[in-house]
Amino acid sequence: MLEDLFSVVKTRFNGDSSDDAPNSDKTNIPKGLVFKCPRCSVNTIMDEFTSNGKVCPKCGYHARLTARERLDITIDKGSLEEFDKDMISCNPIDFPDYEKKQQALREKTGLRDAVITGRAKIRGEDIVIIVMDSNFMMASMGSVVGEKITRAFEYATQERLPVIAFTASGGARMQEGIVSLMQMAKTSGAVGRHSAAGLLYITVWTDPTTGGVTASFASLGDIIIAEPKVLIGFAGRRVIEGTIKQKLPDDFQSAEFMLENGFADMIVERKRMRRTLAHLLKLHKPCEKGGWNNV
Amino acid sequence: MSDTTNLPASKRLEIIRTKGRPTARDYIPLIFDDFFEMHGDRLYGDDGAIMGGVAYFRGLPVTVIAQVKGRNLEENQACNFGMPHPEGYRKALRLAHQAEKFHRPIICLVDTSGAFCGVEAEKRGQGEAIARSIMEFMEVKTPVISIIMGEGGSGGALAMCVGDELAMLENAIYSVISPRGFASILWKDASRENEAADIMHITAHDLVDLKVCDYIIEESEGGAHTDPELTAENISDYIFAALKRNLQKGLDEMLNGRYNRFRAIGQVQNDLS
Repeated sequence: MLEDLFSVVKTRFNGDSSDDAPNSDKTNIPKGLVFKCPRCSVNTIMDEFTSNGKVCPKCGYHARLTARERLDITIDKGSLEEFDKDMISCNPIDFPDYEKKQQALREKTGLRDAVITGRAKIRGEDIVIIVMDSNFMMASMGSVVGEKITRAFEYATQERLPVIAFTASGGARMQEGIVSLMQMAKTSGAVGRHSAAGLLYITVWTDPTTGGVTASFASLGDIIIAEPKVLIGFAGRRVIEGTIKQKLPDDFQSAEFMLENGFADMIVERKRMRRTLAHLLKLHKPCEKGGWNNV
Repeated sequence: MSDTTNLPASKRLEIIRTKGRPTARDYIPLIFDDFFEMHGDRLYGDDGAIMGGVAYFRGLPVTVIAQVKGRNLEENQACNFGMPHPEGYRKALRLAHQAEKFHRPIICLVDTSGAFCGVEAEKRGQGEAIARSIMEFMEVKTPVISIIMGEGGSGGALAMCVGDELAMLENAIYSVISPRGFASILWKDASRENEAADIMHITAHDLVDLKVCDYIIEESEGGAHTDPELTAENISDYIFAALKRNLQKGLDEMLNGRYNRFRAIGQVQNDLS
């Protein structure tokens, strides 16, 4: 089921970097100075792309952010109290070179695994925030991702706080075998208890949210928001193409596809995300006893 | 009975793929009485890959929810080779809530290579269907006993394995990805499936060590196909013992126990560097 997912995630947008698109690479601009949109293949000067919030100015594709970048544009400055900063994974099924691979990624990304969790504020409202980072093993869910997310929900249940989760993932982490599959049950169980306590959980789908994460906590928000044009789905695109023996349309498994099929509440542009979340948090603030009587 | 503890996963794959290995359709009449099948998820349709209904187990009414593989091409077309669509998981969940209402324990028989990967499955929310199934089975207020009969393929199996106990038939496997998929990602060579199976820790014995599986049910010598009646008897004895263990629990004890079975899985440490 997760077959080819990683490569799918990489090739979905990048695979056919067609030369027929306008402005495509004819100018030999060195890499790093321009952003070439994987969606529409249009080149944008890197500064312009960055100052546009890493959104393609031509087609509106919302490119991936690091977890730190996401926190910077989402929560009140300096409000993060990070949880479980030092947590790293063991190697539950003795997967060859798993420790080495993780160590290399830790050095490269400055992350210890693929998720940051903590308590924070958005326009003064207290929340528990979860942000996944696809730069670390495509944000696949192993022990650390599962444990940190579960603890974040448990903390939020205990403290009676809403949870906002920015999801991104290639799915379950194959290198941890069955232990990674169990993280789907663990996280979903914690979401269930948070929900049963009458608390708000908002999921924000970012590029790409797939596989076992889609099939667990990422599909369980009270409210589900997606960034425009991002990849959201369960099975890998190539797996499906292999099954049906034909090519899938470009917008298959996009945020827009999910909205149309009834699995998301809304698509929100990055520049409006913080205020949208603040608005929703305010709407869900517990009413004083008596409801209308106190209005 | 010879000891097969060390039989590698690749050999077990051969056994569970043997033509004639009993399926849920064979086992249900051998284990349960008066099975009354129910259809449909009340939302979209009826999925042939998941069969469910109510039956007597040694005189006690129970809800049976089973993933079904076909024994021939015709059956396989009807059950989509045992790969459920979202409506299958939604039917399972409907029957689970029905069981809760009528205080019947739930027996899940799991046997799938995975949830179906296709356009319609995506459109109807395969991910959402599995996620909701996991979350709601975790909270169902009646005992849930799951048994993996052959293949326990990833999220498609997990959706029916969130319960108070998990047992596996001796040669069954349970994995996060198929050995074939694993080989194709790791070595870019799907044909090295057997090699992959042997390093993935997917046999019942591996999963007992990893605390994912609680009990192993013996098959007849050489695999369940050699004597389906005997294997069915073993399954029946396991269900009887499992129900006795779980029916006496108080509700909080049961639900906390179920939550903690999964809560405890995961191996993390502090980075001291």
